Amino acid sequence: MKHARVAYKGCVHIASERDGKLLLPDGRIVEEEEVVWLPPVNPGSTVFALGLNYADHAKELDFTPTKDPLIFLKGPNTFIGHRGETKRPTSAKFMHYECELAVVIGRAARHVKRNEAKEYIAGYTIANDYAIRDYLENYYRPNLRVKNRDTCTPIGPWLVDASDIANPLNLTLRTYINGKLTQEGNTRNMIHTPDYLIEYLSSFMTLNPGDIILTGTPEGVENTAIGDEVITEIEGIGRLQNTIVSADIPLIPIHL
Amino acid sequence: MIDSTLKGFSNCAQILSGASHNSLKDVPVNGTVYGTLLNFKASYSELEPLMTNQPYQRPPEAPILYIKPRNTYNRHKGTIWLPDGIHRIQIGPALGIVIGKTAAKVTEAHAMHYIAGYTILNDVSLEHDSLYRPPIRFNALDGFCPIGPEVKEASLVQDPHNLKIDVFVNDQLMQTSHTNELVRPIPTLLADVTEFMTLYPGDVLMAGTPNNPPLVCDGDRIRITIDKIGSLENQVQSSHGKEQEGNG
Repeated sequence: MKHARVAYKGCVHIASERDGKLLLPDGRIVEEEEVVWLPPVNPGSTVFALGLNYADHAKELDFTPTKDPLIFLKGPNTFIGHRGETKRPTSAKFMHYECELAVVIGRAARHVKRNEAKEYIAGYTIANDYAIRDYLENYYRPNLRVKNRDTCTPIGPWLVDASDIANPLNLTLRTYINGKLTQEGNTRNMIHTPDYLIEYLSSFMTLNPGDIILTGTPEGVENTAIGDEVITEIEGIGRLQNTIVSADIPLIPIHL
Repeated sequence: MIDSTLKGFSNCAQILSGASHNSLKDVPVNGTVYGTLLNFKASYSELEPLMTNQPYQRPPEAPILYIKPRNTYNRHKGTIWLPDGIHRIQIGPALGIVIGKTAAKVTEAHAMHYIAGYTILNDVSLEHDSLYRPPIRFNALDGFCPIGPEVKEASLVQDPHNLKIDVFVNDQLMQTSHTNELVRPIPTLLADVTEFMTLYPGDVLMAGTPNNPPLVCDGDRIRITIDKIGSLENQVQSSHGKEQEGNG
């Protein structure tokens, strides 16, 4: 089944998917345009993101794989839901999307071996891990100013139960800008698989239910512009829609 | 499924219902903890000659932050477990700026109004030299961020830039630093950070950690004392042969 956290008529609901629509817990069925989609990220959850985890994308950015997977963390400020708006500073020159399979942890994991890792996965969702490369600095790279900006990680729409995805390592990922296909890859080309990442991370830290691992993006990242509609799509998981807006709204001076 | 639930498994619907939300044992904050790199003048100057070389290429422009995830939180007097095969770890005393209300694009002039109080953190890590892409296995280990013992209300700390920070290991003074040595004083830091990311009530931003971090081994007792804020005490123990539990 597919599940989502949405707001509808003044309340937050945990809905499930029914024939492309949302089934609310009280039995009402509503259209996806009628709700506000909230990110399926819980307060306090740790969110990991992989850099350069597809052989083709690593080549695209001229990256030599390191001994440890390249993993960075994200804070809660960066997540927004399906059909949300992501802010782009007008002065930025290169802001690209990254369509990523997100793995949601379902059970506390410590010292888990990769052949048992599946039992620790609750489900999957989609993330669009935007980067604004103008701000890249070579300290704790990729630094949070590139990768953890407000609104720059759309995630959702659905959490899809792991049991619904027969093989997470054979899913097509696609990104469309204004309807035009700009990125296409397959999770089979991942360097570090979800099972390996659970083994690696749980070898030195505890993973908790609700923690999320964004597993990286394949080649084909392109610049985006204010006004673009960006859709990141993963076979069997769904399609995550996002619109780029200007970050440079006039600020009202705050008087305390 | 009942069987799975009994074994601690949360399915997607349970996760969305917040069933996985962890309680924090005796840690006085409930938000995200951010570390700030190179915010002590001495640690900045130490690296400065290398900043134009590979891999850094140029000095940092904006604040460089990192996240200490929730599994690293540890309480006052909690044990810091040494991972298998590691004999010593480095400790990073830090003044923690605790956010009191949602802070986005704050100005230096208003920044101090967003602070609820201050606490003490020990930003523990494995020894590492490079600040280029340090793997999270160096600083995201379970229990590697003691916090506390309490949050001291901001109104009780007249000048947060005039606080001495002492680190004692087994009651011997190992390091002294001072919050008047910050590259970005607190209002500047808050303005520069919230320019690109919002901080929420309960989030903690470290003012920075001094250079030459003291090293500690199995059995050592650590005490970090910050004027006006208090003392954070922890002990280090080898986890060899011990099946340790997550800190949640």
